[in-house]
Amino acid sequence: MIWNEKMETMSREEMRALQSERLVATVKRVYEKVPAYRAKMDEIGLKPEDIKGVEDLPKLPFTTKADLRDNYPFGLFAVPQDEITRVHASSGTTGKPTVVGYTENDIKMWSECVARCMTMAGVTKKDIVQVAYGYGLFTGGLGAHYGAEYIGATTVPMGTGNTQKLITLMKDFGATAIACTPSYLLHIAEVLKENGDLDKIKLRAAVCGAEPWTEDMRLRIEEILGVSAHDIYGLSEVMGPGVACDCKYHKGLHVCEDHFIPEIISPTTLEPVKEGETGELVFTTITKEGLPLIRYRTRDLTSINYEPCECGRTTCRISRFKGRSDDMLIIRGVNVFPSQVEEALLRVDGVSPHYMIVVDRVNNLDTMEIMVEVDEKFFSDEIKGLEALSVKIGKAVQQMIGLNAKIKLVEPRTIERSMGKSVHVQDKRKLV
Amino acid sequence: MKAKQVSVFIENREGRLEEVLSAIKAAGVNILSLSLADTREYGLLRLIVSDPAKADKALKEGGFSSMLTDVLVVRLNNEVGSLQDLLCAVAKEKINLEYMYGLTIEKAGKASLVIKASDLDKAAVVLKKAGAELLSNEEIVSL
Repeated sequence: MIWNEKMETMSREEMRALQSERLVATVKRVYEKVPAYRAKMDEIGLKPEDIKGVEDLPKLPFTTKADLRDNYPFGLFAVPQDEITRVHASSGTTGKPTVVGYTENDIKMWSECVARCMTMAGVTKKDIVQVAYGYGLFTGGLGAHYGAEYIGATTVPMGTGNTQKLITLMKDFGATAIACTPSYLLHIAEVLKENGDLDKIKLRAAVCGAEPWTEDMRLRIEEILGVSAHDIYGLSEVMGPGVACDCKYHKGLHVCEDHFIPEIISPTTLEPVKEGETGELVFTTITKEGLPLIRYRTRDLTSINYEPCECGRTTCRISRFKGRSDDMLIIRGVNVFPSQVEEALLRVDGVSPHYMIVVDRVNNLDTMEIMVEVDEKFFSDEIKGLEALSVKIGKAVQQMIGLNAKIKLVEPRTIERSMGKSVHVQDKRKLV
Repeated sequence: MKAKQVSVFIENREGRLEEVLSAIKAAGVNILSLSLADTREYGLLRLIVSDPAKADKALKEGGFSSMLTDVLVVRLNNEVGSLQDLLCAVAKEKINLEYMYGLTIEKAGKASLVIKASDLDKAAVVLKKAGAELLSNEEIVSL
């Protein structure tokens, strides 16, 4: 089934015309309403009337996470604050969060996009959907929740953290669909298996996202749980989950192109790459009112396929992500920059020690261990002093990134020194 | 009177202790006593040595995490109940002992131990008053 036949199956020419029309209006609006955009365009002598259609997109300047940070909290909003009905925020690289705002229409548009994605996974109003993403400032929980409600499905706001309760309700309610991170779903699957509960559930669809995962992992989830598992993509700056999702053919993620225009650029030259080539994904939002974004650099590496899909949709498809063009890590669905960990360590003692972040996946859940060298600055001759130090570092990290990390104290000079750019991350997860 | 102890942070893995001792040996420093406290991942080696400053320097140069810590070296009669008597006085003053380990047993009927307390100065006063003898590093070496 297709949620919005008109938008999801129109011809490439129609889509291009619609995108052009919306892009022109968006550029005009941000130029008038957002001083930061106006300044950027003025700087290169670009006027709104220079943008006549999608083909002019490369003329526009890029927007980055730094722009959001520099205009913290509401500086890039294109409507007065009283028209903003919701804000979300994600952790930022320097302690300041990235704030995103939505108008009433934006929330409706977001719900529509998530509804399209859930429909790709086969979810209908007859389903009972457990939403097991985190609720709160993170866009995952509320985003998936509104989409499931928009379809008319019976929506259960589980949140994260209580797996036994989730499983009990999954059995008792006869839940048929779930939305959560893939690693959490695999964890749930393992617990169900251990408890011998696999034959007591009615789950048939899973919409998973907020972290990178492999095709192998998707197939494993399908095999253990007997569900159809789908990859939903999104980022809070652009909207949240629902920007793209894969249909039952799993040959790329269909982008909600009538709302977000994707481009692929070379992260080094910043020029658009040839069609089908891999590069950094860039989005321009063309219907968002609260926080329109012009050529926002996602730092996610992928490629675009414009061929119509077997499912009948004509919206372009982005391939599974091949990595990042920056050093951001996604751990248990949370975006983490090594620089945040460094800042947390700085707060403990004022001096940045040598450290190494080791990310792994144990029993399908991401683990994060931070090795910190114990030198004169970090020393106690009592075990309880060293333990207190571990706890203190752990708390500082938790406050900074919102994740619990295991702190491992190691001897000085045991963390490898690199000659050039220092290496602070070991990602042992096998994803690609 | 306080004495200096060398404390070394070592990871809990094969051969590490030997490497620490090797660095001390190379510096020509004699070890008079030691205690090794361990956790699952790391250990703390505490040493009373003939020349604490020299050992500390050698260890640091060898890349180890080492520091000098003040401790009390208490000399008492080697007889039934003498330690209990001393600790009784310490406990009465609500001083917490962080750790303790043995140093020597002398032929002359004396024994000595190393004590680290929450309030070292106060502990020194209390122990002295209770009749214990506190030793400096020089006195320890000449025992």
